[in-house]
Amino acid sequence: MINIIIGVLCTIGALAILVAAIGILRMPDFYLRLSVTVKAATLGGGLLLLSAAFYFPEEVSVTTKALAIIFFLILTAPVAAHLIARSAYFIGTAQWEGTADDDLAGMYDKETHQLSSGNTPVNALPPKAEPELGTDDETV
Amino acid sequence: MVKQFLMNLLLAFTWVALTGVLYYSNFLFGFAIGFFLLWLMNRNERDQRYFNRVPKIIGFVLYFLYEMVKANIQVAYDVITPKFFMKPGIVKYPMEAESDFEINMLSTMIALTPGTLVIDVSEDRKVLYIHAMYMKSKEQFIEQIKERVERRLLEIIR
Repeated sequence: MINIIIGVLCTIGALAILVAAIGILRMPDFYLRLSVTVKAATLGGGLLLLSAAFYFPEEVSVTTKALAIIFFLILTAPVAAHLIARSAYFIGTAQWEGTADDDLAGMYDKETHQLSSGNTPVNALPPKAEPELGTDDETV
Repeated sequence: MVKQFLMNLLLAFTWVALTGVLYYSNFLFGFAIGFFLLWLMNRNERDQRYFNRVPKIIGFVLYFLYEMVKANIQVAYDVITPKFFMKPGIVKYPMEAESDFEINMLSTMIALTPGTLVIDVSEDRKVLYIHAMYMKSKEQFIEQIKERVERRLLEIIR
């Protein structure tokens, strides 16, 4: 029984990573590549770690480590994807010609990198407060 | 609420120590027993938030895993087959989440659903810009995320 669970988890995880690898080659533009890769890799890595945890049921330390790795993977992968996508948009990475809509166009202030929500025009945003050196400013 | 959660943890550890079997399955079993006992003891109390929230969190995690696998299959199908069915675009998503923690959780959840990618949060923290792979219509996409992710998430956090 436990072997079947391990086998199923391993297979699905490996397939997810394979799909991510094919997606990097096949997708037509940068954002789609990023979009395909990050999730499938998180899912695949998580499932492989989970099957490792099931393989050593007597070792609590192994399970704890596997769960901790999955937790931090889920916590950090979206942040990395967000930062990469944001900087790609700043330098003007081209989008696929099939792209239907771009709500983000013209919303960034090129100088200060502030992002408008569309309710106020871009150049009417209040100037960003200069962070003072040497003080911990918790309020945002 | 925090008090009840800590009490529940203590009961679970007591169960583990009494049975002497340090497995995760045993710990979870102890946690379930502790939860049941606490629920029994607190039935007449006014503050029932903890007991409503734990089943909701479990339900949300299961639902989210199901959605994630379903969407992964859709993306995988599009990657493997030669024709592209997708219709990508960047959508402006007006969110209801307000505090830092809520926005953080919401964008993590959206980013982990395959086919969507959070690009940025606007300066006044009212709008998320999401890159979507499958966008039949903008309103439908926004409605979908509001119904499936945001409402359930805020129900748990708030």
